[in-house]
Amino acid sequence: MPSLNDYLILSAVLFTIGTAGVFVRRNLITILLSIEIMLNAVNLSFVAFGRAFGTVEGQIIVFFVMTVAAAEAAVGLAIVIALFRHRESLNPDAFTALKW
Amino acid sequence: MLFYFFGALAVIASLLVIAQRNPVYSVLLLITSFGALSGLYVLLDAPFAAAIQIIVYAGAIMVLFLFVVMLLNTPHEDTDADEKTHPMLRPGPMRFGAAMAVALLGELAWALSRSGPTSTFSNTPVTSLSAIGYTLFTDYAFQFEVTSVLILVAMVGAVLMARREDQPGEKR
Repeated sequence: MPSLNDYLILSAVLFTIGTAGVFVRRNLITILLSIEIMLNAVNLSFVAFGRAFGTVEGQIIVFFVMTVAAAEAAVGLAIVIALFRHRESLNPDAFTALKW
Repeated sequence: MLFYFFGALAVIASLLVIAQRNPVYSVLLLITSFGALSGLYVLLDAPFAAAIQIIVYAGAIMVLFLFVVMLLNTPHEDTDADEKTHPMLRPGPMRFGAAMAVALLGELAWALSRSGPTSTFSNTPVTSLSAIGYTLFTDYAFQFEVTSVLILVAMVGAVLMARREDQPGEKR
Protein backbone atom coordinates (compact mmCIF):
# COMPACT_ATOMS: atom_id res chain seq x y z
CA MET A 1 0.00 0.00 0.00
CA PRO A 2 1.74 3.21 -1.13
CA SER A 3 1.90 6.03 1.38
CA LEU A 4 1.45 9.76 0.91
CA ASN A 5 5.20 10.17 0.49
CA ASP A 6 5.23 7.80 -2.47
CA TYR A 7 2.64 9.90 -4.27
CA LEU A 8 4.51 13.10 -3.44
CA ILE A 9 7.78 11.66 -4.75
CA LEU A 10 6.07 10.62 -7.98
CA SER A 11 4.60 14.11 -8.22
CA ALA A 12 8.06 15.63 -7.69
CA VAL A 13 9.54 13.42 -10.41
CA LEU A 14 6.82 14.43 -12.88
CA PHE A 15 7.21 18.10 -11.99
CA THR A 16 10.96 17.84 -12.56
CA ILE A 17 10.40 16.24 -15.96
CA GLY A 18 8.15 19.16 -16.88
CA THR A 19 10.71 21.70 -15.67
CA ALA A 20 13.47 19.97 -17.63
CA GLY A 21 11.24 20.03 -20.71
CA VAL A 22 10.70 23.79 -20.42
CA PHE A 23 14.46 24.35 -20.10
CA VAL A 24 15.73 21.84 -22.62
CA ARG A 25 13.32 21.97 -25.53
CA ARG A 26 13.36 24.69 -28.16
CA ASN A 27 9.88 24.14 -29.55
CA LEU A 28 6.96 26.26 -28.37
CA ILE A 29 4.45 23.40 -28.59
CA THR A 30 6.64 21.08 -26.53
CA ILE A 31 7.24 23.82 -23.97
CA LEU A 32 3.46 24.20 -23.55
CA LEU A 33 3.16 20.41 -23.20
CA SER A 34 5.85 20.49 -20.50
CA ILE A 35 3.82 23.10 -18.62
CA GLU A 36 0.86 20.71 -18.80
CA ILE A 37 3.06 17.97 -17.27
CA MET A 38 3.93 20.32 -14.40
CA LEU A 39 0.27 21.21 -13.81
CA ASN A 40 -0.64 17.53 -13.71
CA ALA A 41 2.14 16.76 -11.24
CA VAL A 42 0.72 19.41 -8.93
CA ASN A 43 -2.77 17.99 -9.44
CA LEU A 44 -1.52 14.58 -8.33
CA SER A 45 -0.13 15.98 -5.10
CA PHE A 46 -3.38 17.88 -4.46
CA VAL A 47 -5.44 14.71 -4.84
CA ALA A 48 -3.00 12.76 -2.65
CA PHE A 49 -3.17 15.41 0.09
CA GLY A 50 -6.96 15.51 -0.13
CA ARG A 51 -7.05 11.75 0.26
CA ALA A 52 -4.62 11.81 3.19
CA PHE A 53 -6.58 14.47 5.07
CA GLY A 54 -9.96 13.02 4.14
CA THR A 55 -11.25 16.32 2.72
CA VAL A 56 -13.02 17.15 -0.50
CA GLU A 57 -10.93 20.24 -1.28
CA GLY A 58 -8.22 18.20 -2.96
CA GLN A 59 -10.52 17.27 -5.81
CA ILE A 60 -12.13 20.70 -6.03
CA ILE A 61 -8.81 22.45 -6.57
CA VAL A 62 -8.03 19.91 -9.29
CA PHE A 63 -11.16 21.15 -11.03
CA PHE A 64 -9.93 24.75 -10.80
CA VAL A 65 -6.42 23.85 -11.96
CA MET A 66 -7.91 22.14 -14.99
CA THR A 67 -9.93 25.23 -15.91
CA VAL A 68 -6.81 27.37 -15.63
CA ALA A 69 -4.95 24.83 -17.76
CA ALA A 70 -7.67 24.97 -20.39
CA ALA A 71 -7.54 28.77 -20.50
CA GLU A 72 -3.75 28.71 -20.62
CA ALA A 73 -3.73 26.18 -23.44
CA ALA A 74 -6.25 28.16 -25.50
CA VAL A 75 -4.45 31.49 -25.11
CA GLY A 76 -0.99 29.94 -25.46
CA LEU A 77 -1.87 28.11 -28.64
CA ALA A 78 -3.46 31.27 -30.07
CA ILE A 79 -0.20 33.11 -29.39
CA VAL A 80 1.75 30.26 -31.02
CA ILE A 81 -0.44 30.45 -34.12
CA ALA A 82 -0.02 34.23 -34.33
CA LEU A 83 3.76 33.96 -33.91
CA PHE A 84 4.01 31.16 -36.47
CA ARG A 85 2.12 33.28 -38.95
CA HIS A 86 4.72 36.03 -38.62
CA ARG A 87 7.92 34.01 -38.55
CA GLU A 88 7.15 30.53 -39.94
CA SER A 89 8.99 29.13 -36.95
CA LEU A 90 8.28 27.54 -33.60
CA ASN A 91 11.72 28.16 -32.15
CA PRO A 92 11.57 30.64 -29.26
CA ASP A 93 14.97 32.01 -30.31
CA ALA A 94 13.31 33.34 -33.46
CA PHE A 95 11.16 35.71 -31.41
CA THR A 96 13.71 38.04 -29.90
CA ALA A 97 12.31 41.36 -31.15
CA LEU A 98 9.41 43.06 -29.41
CA LYS A 99 8.16 44.49 -32.69
CA TRP A 100 8.53 43.60 -36.33
CA MET B 1 1.38 -2.81 -7.25
CA LEU B 2 -0.93 -0.85 -9.50
CA PHE B 3 0.61 2.32 -8.09
CA TYR B 4 4.04 1.34 -9.41
CA PHE B 5 2.62 0.34 -12.78
CA PHE B 6 0.75 3.62 -13.29
CA GLY B 7 3.59 5.66 -11.80
CA ALA B 8 6.19 4.09 -14.06
CA LEU B 9 3.90 4.53 -17.06
CA ALA B 10 3.39 8.22 -16.25
CA VAL B 11 7.10 8.88 -15.73
CA ILE B 12 8.22 7.03 -18.86
CA ALA B 13 5.56 8.63 -21.03
CA SER B 14 6.41 12.10 -19.69
CA LEU B 15 10.12 11.53 -20.33
CA LEU B 16 9.35 10.48 -23.88
CA VAL B 17 7.19 13.59 -24.33
CA ILE B 18 10.19 15.87 -23.85
CA ALA B 19 12.53 13.55 -25.79
CA GLN B 20 10.47 13.42 -28.98
CA ARG B 21 11.26 15.46 -32.06
CA ASN B 22 7.80 15.21 -33.56
CA PRO B 23 5.20 17.19 -31.58
CA VAL B 24 2.41 14.83 -32.69
CA TYR B 25 4.11 11.95 -30.88
CA SER B 26 4.66 14.22 -27.89
CA VAL B 27 0.95 14.99 -27.65
CA LEU B 28 -0.04 11.33 -28.00
CA LEU B 29 2.46 10.28 -25.32
CA LEU B 30 1.16 13.00 -23.04
CA ILE B 31 -2.33 11.55 -23.43
CA THR B 32 -0.86 8.20 -22.32
CA SER B 33 0.66 9.91 -19.30
CA PHE B 34 -2.69 11.50 -18.44
CA GLY B 35 -4.36 8.09 -18.66
CA ALA B 36 -1.85 6.73 -16.14
CA LEU B 37 -2.49 9.71 -13.85
CA SER B 38 -6.20 9.03 -14.12
CA GLY B 39 -5.54 5.48 -12.91
CA LEU B 40 -3.63 6.94 -9.96
CA TYR B 41 -6.62 9.15 -9.12
CA VAL B 42 -8.81 6.04 -9.05
CA LEU B 43 -6.32 4.43 -6.66
CA LEU B 44 -6.62 7.57 -4.51
CA ASP B 45 -10.42 7.13 -4.33
CA ALA B 46 -11.02 10.22 -6.46
CA PRO B 47 -13.21 9.02 -9.32
CA PHE B 48 -14.39 12.55 -10.11
CA ALA B 49 -10.82 13.74 -10.68
CA ALA B 50 -10.12 10.62 -12.75
CA ALA B 51 -13.16 11.21 -14.94
CA ILE B 52 -12.47 14.88 -15.63
CA GLN B 53 -8.82 14.04 -16.21
CA ILE B 54 -9.86 11.80 -19.10
CA ILE B 55 -12.79 13.82 -20.41
CA VAL B 56 -11.48 17.38 -20.09
CA TYR B 57 -7.71 16.96 -20.21
CA ALA B 58 -7.14 14.04 -22.55
CA GLY B 59 -10.35 14.59 -24.45
CA ALA B 60 -10.51 18.35 -24.91
CA ILE B 61 -7.24 20.12 -24.10
CA MET B 62 -4.99 17.57 -25.75
CA VAL B 63 -7.19 17.45 -28.84
CA LEU B 64 -6.81 21.23 -29.01
CA PHE B 65 -3.03 20.77 -28.90
CA LEU B 66 -3.18 18.06 -31.55
CA PHE B 67 -5.35 20.28 -33.72
CA VAL B 68 -2.87 23.15 -33.53
CA VAL B 69 0.12 20.86 -34.16
CA MET B 70 -1.51 19.50 -37.28
CA LEU B 71 -2.67 22.97 -38.35
CA LEU B 72 0.87 24.37 -38.15
CA ASN B 73 2.25 21.26 -39.84
CA THR B 74 5.80 21.47 -38.49
CA PRO B 75 6.87 17.90 -37.83
CA HIS B 76 10.47 18.88 -37.08
CA GLU B 77 12.36 21.59 -35.33
CA ASP B 78 13.75 24.29 -37.46
CA THR B 79 17.46 24.84 -37.61
CA ASP B 80 19.98 22.34 -38.91
CA ALA B 81 21.82 22.32 -35.59
CA ASP B 82 18.58 21.37 -33.87
CA GLU B 83 18.00 18.63 -36.39
CA LYS B 84 21.43 17.09 -35.89
CA THR B 85 21.51 16.95 -32.11
CA HIS B 86 19.16 15.09 -29.84
CA PRO B 87 17.07 17.48 -27.72
CA MET B 88 18.58 16.19 -24.47
CA LEU B 89 22.18 16.62 -25.63
CA ARG B 90 22.34 20.28 -26.56
CA PRO B 91 24.95 22.63 -25.21
CA GLY B 92 24.88 25.76 -23.14
CA PRO B 93 21.83 27.00 -21.29
CA MET B 94 19.82 23.90 -22.08
CA ARG B 95 22.28 21.63 -20.31
CA PHE B 96 22.36 24.12 -17.45
CA GLY B 97 18.55 23.98 -17.35
CA ALA B 98 18.60 20.21 -17.20
CA ALA B 99 21.11 20.36 -14.35
CA MET B 100 18.84 22.81 -12.54
CA ALA B 101 15.90 20.43 -13.00
CA VAL B 102 17.93 17.60 -11.44
CA ALA B 103 18.83 19.94 -8.57
CA LEU B 104 15.11 20.67 -8.12
CA LEU B 105 14.39 16.95 -7.91
CA GLY B 106 17.14 16.56 -5.32
CA GLU B 107 15.73 19.37 -3.22
CA LEU B 108 12.20 17.98 -3.36
CA ALA B 109 13.41 14.48 -2.45
CA TRP B 110 15.46 15.91 0.42
CA ALA B 111 12.45 17.85 1.72
CA LEU B 112 10.25 14.77 1.50
CA SER B 113 12.83 12.56 3.20
CA ARG B 114 12.81 14.85 6.24
CA SER B 115 9.06 14.70 6.68
CA GLY B 116 9.19 11.42 8.59
CA PRO B 117 6.85 8.48 8.22
CA THR B 118 3.51 9.31 6.69
CA SER B 119 0.09 7.80 6.83
CA THR B 120 -1.06 5.13 4.46
CA PHE B 121 -4.42 6.86 4.00
CA SER B 122 -6.31 5.68 7.09
CA ASN B 123 -9.07 8.30 6.71
CA THR B 124 -12.34 7.47 5.09
CA PRO B 125 -12.19 8.70 1.52
CA VAL B 126 -14.56 11.33 0.09
CA THR B 127 -15.65 9.75 -3.16
CA SER B 128 -19.25 10.87 -3.57
CA LEU B 129 -19.86 13.27 -6.40
CA SER B 130 -22.67 14.94 -4.46
CA ALA B 131 -20.30 15.91 -1.65
CA ILE B 132 -17.91 17.46 -4.18
CA GLY B 133 -20.73 19.29 -5.93
CA TYR B 134 -22.19 20.54 -2.66
CA THR B 135 -18.87 22.02 -1.52
CA LEU B 136 -18.17 23.42 -4.98
CA PHE B 137 -21.46 25.30 -5.17
CA THR B 138 -21.61 26.50 -1.55
CA ASP B 139 -18.15 27.20 -0.15
CA TYR B 140 -16.53 27.77 -3.52
CA ALA B 141 -19.42 29.31 -5.44
CA PHE B 142 -17.66 32.66 -5.89
CA GLN B 143 -14.49 31.02 -7.16
CA PHE B 144 -16.60 28.94 -9.53
CA GLU B 145 -18.17 32.06 -11.02
CA VAL B 146 -14.79 33.77 -11.32
CA THR B 147 -13.61 30.71 -13.22
CA SER B 148 -16.41 31.18 -15.73
CA VAL B 149 -15.27 34.77 -16.28
CA LEU B 150 -11.72 33.49 -16.75
CA ILE B 151 -12.86 31.05 -19.40
CA LEU B 152 -14.80 33.80 -21.18
CA VAL B 153 -11.78 36.12 -21.18
CA ALA B 154 -9.53 33.32 -22.43
CA MET B 155 -11.97 32.51 -25.21
CA VAL B 156 -12.22 36.13 -26.37
CA GLY B 157 -8.45 36.53 -26.12
CA ALA B 158 -7.76 33.39 -28.10
CA VAL B 159 -10.14 34.44 -30.86
CA LEU B 160 -8.65 37.92 -30.96
CA MET B 161 -5.04 36.78 -31.09
CA ALA B 162 -5.45 33.94 -33.56
CA ARG B 163 -7.49 36.08 -35.94
CA ARG B 164 -5.88 36.77 -39.29
CA GLU B 165 -5.28 40.45 -39.77
CA ASP B 166 -7.12 41.94 -42.66
CA GLN B 167 -5.12 42.52 -45.79
CA PRO B 168 -5.06 46.16 -46.98
CA GLY B 169 -7.56 46.76 -49.73
CA GLU B 170 -9.50 43.63 -48.88
CA LYS B 171 -13.16 43.96 -48.04
CA ARG B 172 -14.42 42.54 -44.80
